[in-house]
Amino acid sequence: MRYVLLPVRDDSPGAEPGPAEREEIIARWGRFNEMLAARGAGRGGHELASSGIATTVRKTAGEVVVTDGPYAEAVEQIGGYVTIEAASMDEAIEFAEACPSAVVEIRPVPDRG
Amino acid sequence: MSVTAAEQAYRDHWARLLALLTAELRDLDLAEEALQDAFAAAVAAWSPEPPGNPPAWLLTAARRRALDRLRHGALAARKLPLLIVDDPDPPSVIPDERLRLIFTCCHPALSMDARVALTLRCVGGLTTREIARMFLVSEATMAARITRAKKKIAQAGIPYRVPAGPELAERRDGVLATVYLIFTEGYAATGGDRLIRADLAAEAVALGRMLRELLPADPEVDGLLALMLCHHARRDARLGPSGELVRLPEQDRSRWHREEIREALSLLAAVPGREGRAPEHAEGGSGGDRFPGPYLLQAAIAAEHATAVRAQDTDWPAIARLYGELERLTGSAVVRLNRAVAVAEASGPEAGLELLGGLDRALGRHHLLHATRAEFLRRLGREREALDAYGRALEVVGTDPERTFLLSRRADLSVR
Repeated sequence: MRYVLLPVRDDSPGAEPGPAEREEIIARWGRFNEMLAARGAGRGGHELASSGIATTVRKTAGEVVVTDGPYAEAVEQIGGYVTIEAASMDEAIEFAEACPSAVVEIRPVPDRG
Repeated sequence: MSVTAAEQAYRDHWARLLALLTAELRDLDLAEEALQDAFAAAVAAWSPEPPGNPPAWLLTAARRRALDRLRHGALAARKLPLLIVDDPDPPSVIPDERLRLIFTCCHPALSMDARVALTLRCVGGLTTREIARMFLVSEATMAARITRAKKKIAQAGIPYRVPAGPELAERRDGVLATVYLIFTEGYAATGGDRLIRADLAAEAVALGRMLRELLPADPEVDGLLALMLCHHARRDARLGPSGELVRLPEQDRSRWHREEIREALSLLAAVPGREGRAPEHAEGGSGGDRFPGPYLLQAAIAAEHATAVRAQDTDWPAIARLYGELERLTGSAVVRLNRAVAVAEASGPEAGLELLGGLDRALGRHHLLHATRAEFLRRLGREREALDAYGRALEVVGTDPERTFLLSRRADLSVR
């Protein structure tokens, strides 16, 4: 089954990691991606830039409104996504536990086959 | 009222047959509906004489019903993915798949409400209407809750399996917590006009027995069953003539169900190195023993109360020691509060009062902390401080009977 792991991070101003911390985070993500590759589970993904520079487009009543910021105001925001192939929810949970982020949302990808 | 053969078969075989059909069909909903149909058919077909092998008859009937349903495409519109079933057992006589069913119903990806409802429905064999009545919600609400949970199991790929290795212990705790929550909801009802719902507590005890059959030699499973039995045995003595709660020291102990207490004690005695008593070693002395888990410790505490002939015979030093162990294990502020009460009984209110220090941060909004402190201060003759503590308890108390009780205790003080 296919799942998307969504690491959640604190996007509030001042919460950005320093250079040394940033390097450490990149190294941990590197190890996580190696683990996914070794298990044949990785199906790609990306880190996302801070939600502070997100842009939201809303289409209501024939009108298009473009606004600065994410669709929902919150301190915790999705910081990226990792698509994985797992045998079941239990394996997806195992990968989420191994993921460097402290909070990870798991979303199954529906099989429309 | 006599129990018909079909009713008896339902009680004896529902969970086992549902567990097996779910593994075969890889569809919990289809398995449940087919089995329900088979039991409905049995009511008519088994009169006057039931078949020689009722579960085999039911299994055959349910398989046929499931095939019919699949053929007629009644489920085609549903489009739920099939359950993920790893290494299905080869069909023997009637393999016991109940553990898979239990672990799936109690999966941590399901909300606690959903786990409770699904477990009662699928494992306990209760009808949706019965569960709805027990939890004081409408049948439609409960049906929606169960449907949503089954949908999540299928769509999120929650597997139909018993976890292995280190995962097993963690997931087993989730199963025990679900059963214990069912029990406590029956034992100390949080809603409705009755303080105790013995039917719900009895269901939890039955689930505890089933778990013990399926996970033998697990001390925590034994502990949970023993704990529930010790509490459940007191159900008739816990309510007064007008339905009010009777506290432990005032209960008529002749109304306790002795055979259930005996069963609990034999469970505790069978656990290696426990004999249902506190270990003799003092703090810090691990001695390489297997540490008892939280359910076993709580059961040992309940057993101390259950074996005291009169309230004044209670072995408070033993209880205080057990709470000490439980506090080390859980780090819980509520456990420390209970320990303080036991220590006060064993060694006097001064020692109890000392243990309450530092609990205000965690339990400041909890009236029992202030009420307990007030009682200790009263016994120490520090009535002015007791008066303040009762005042704080009254500020945060929730229910009317408890408020009345606190007011009468405060009025008994000689200071105003």
